[in-house]
Amino acid sequence: MTDDRTFVIVGASQAGGWVANSLRSEGFEGKIILIGEEEHIPYERPPLSKEALLGDVSVESTYFWKKQTLEESKIDLRLGTRVSSIDRTAKKVITENGEEISFNKLAITTGARVRKLSIEGSQLPGVFYLRTIDDTLEIKNQITKGSNALIIGGGWIGLECAATLTKLGCKSIVVEAADRLCGRAVTPEISNWMLDYHSKNGVDIHLNTGIDIFQGKEKLESAVLSNGEKVDCTVAVVGIGVIPNSELAADAGLDVDNGIVVNEQTQTSDPDIYAAGDVANHPNAILSRRIRLESYENAQNQGIAAGKAMLGNSEPYSEIPWFWSDQFDANIQMIGIPENWDTTATRGKPENNEFVTFYLKNGVIDGAISINNPRDLRFGKRLMQEKKQVSVEDLSNMGIKLQALLRS
Amino acid sequence: MTDEIIEFHAVATTSEVTEDEPKAVSIGRLDVGIYQLDGEFYAIDDICTHAYACMTDGYIEDGQIECPLHGACFDIKTGKALTAPATIDLRPYPVKVDGDQISVGVPKVDD
Repeated sequence: MTDDRTFVIVGASQAGGWVANSLRSEGFEGKIILIGEEEHIPYERPPLSKEALLGDVSVESTYFWKKQTLEESKIDLRLGTRVSSIDRTAKKVITENGEEISFNKLAITTGARVRKLSIEGSQLPGVFYLRTIDDTLEIKNQITKGSNALIIGGGWIGLECAATLTKLGCKSIVVEAADRLCGRAVTPEISNWMLDYHSKNGVDIHLNTGIDIFQGKEKLESAVLSNGEKVDCTVAVVGIGVIPNSELAADAGLDVDNGIVVNEQTQTSDPDIYAAGDVANHPNAILSRRIRLESYENAQNQGIAAGKAMLGNSEPYSEIPWFWSDQFDANIQMIGIPENWDTTATRGKPENNEFVTFYLKNGVIDGAISINNPRDLRFGKRLMQEKKQVSVEDLSNMGIKLQALLRS
Repeated sequence: MTDEIIEFHAVATTSEVTEDEPKAVSIGRLDVGIYQLDGEFYAIDDICTHAYACMTDGYIEDGQIECPLHGACFDIKTGKALTAPATIDLRPYPVKVDGDQISVGVPKVDD
């Protein structure tokens, strides 16, 4: 029996690629059309602010799959194609060029786009954002050794960029409007560790500081900070967060609230339309609340879950959020989104840049952040999953292996 | 094509490899991870096939090793890639145990 259904995926992103991959690995034999606005097949974003910016890897090496592999899996790629609307009644997506593509089921994996600054001079060449491969290539072309690189925003992207541009021989200057780094993601003590670590590595960090104006004749030459200070710079990278690309869904009348609202099966308010990745807002049973995650793991695993769900093979999607970042020689990983913890336990020595801080609520791990110790963090994730009762003394005692706590 | 000649290299002792703690070794240009599972020893490539990470720094459960970086899982006995994002298997190597000495067989490299 042949399957004459067509499943369309809008967004050739990490999540979109995994939807397609998962449909095929679950045995779907119908037509899969993967539509992407960029000219690239799905690629990994983590290297864009690190290895790819350093120049250590080629653009092609960031692709999740070889183009040939996707073609062999009979995934019909429509790159450089923007979808402008969804007609839910006729079950069609309409591209910017007016092409109509019918679907039996649809997945929306349109991700997120950078939040832009609109201040004087923000249109000057030399002012960059970092979200796509093309952004990375442009920044790489523009930087010159020994020059100042101004980074707006002391979050993950800003700090990764600061580290990489420092490695490339630039003087990185970070301005952050809040009173600490990565304030939305990490606890104050980790923010302090980051500040200290980056400062020791030569990054110049200004907290409680914004940007007023970019200046330059034909391209960026300097910037005026909110404290009135003028900073010469040849490039600026703005990393002040992202906005979910949920307009397509909203215009089609789907429920949207900080992203496309989906249920635990990644299904939107239209049962034939699914959403996954940065654009989707899902109910997370572990966190007991709705959340929209901007992470590698979520884009991958929710994409896989959506592929299964489209075939009716769904299991509820709910995972402990997991993030990581690499800055200079520090691998930073986080599990959970710790909130309202009552106590913390630190394993290892922050001054040696190798430790894990656990956040506990009623004797159970509610989240953790590790610096250069992914292994203990992983055991912490298992302890958190199993809701094991643990003590600050045991977690902090390097003489006790965390696997032993799992078995106890 | 000629068959590869496998050469065994004594690289670890049995006490150095436990179920919880695998051992990373270098044999020529190869990075190999040695594991103990149910009393037997296994050797597989130590660098994740997805992105650069040492698998022996990873997390072991149910006969699988999980990459510390992106969470891809591989079968310790066969090196088979089991979960995303990995799609390529880790290469397995034959292991010989003589007394407390563990030897791993890798293809002979012509200099």
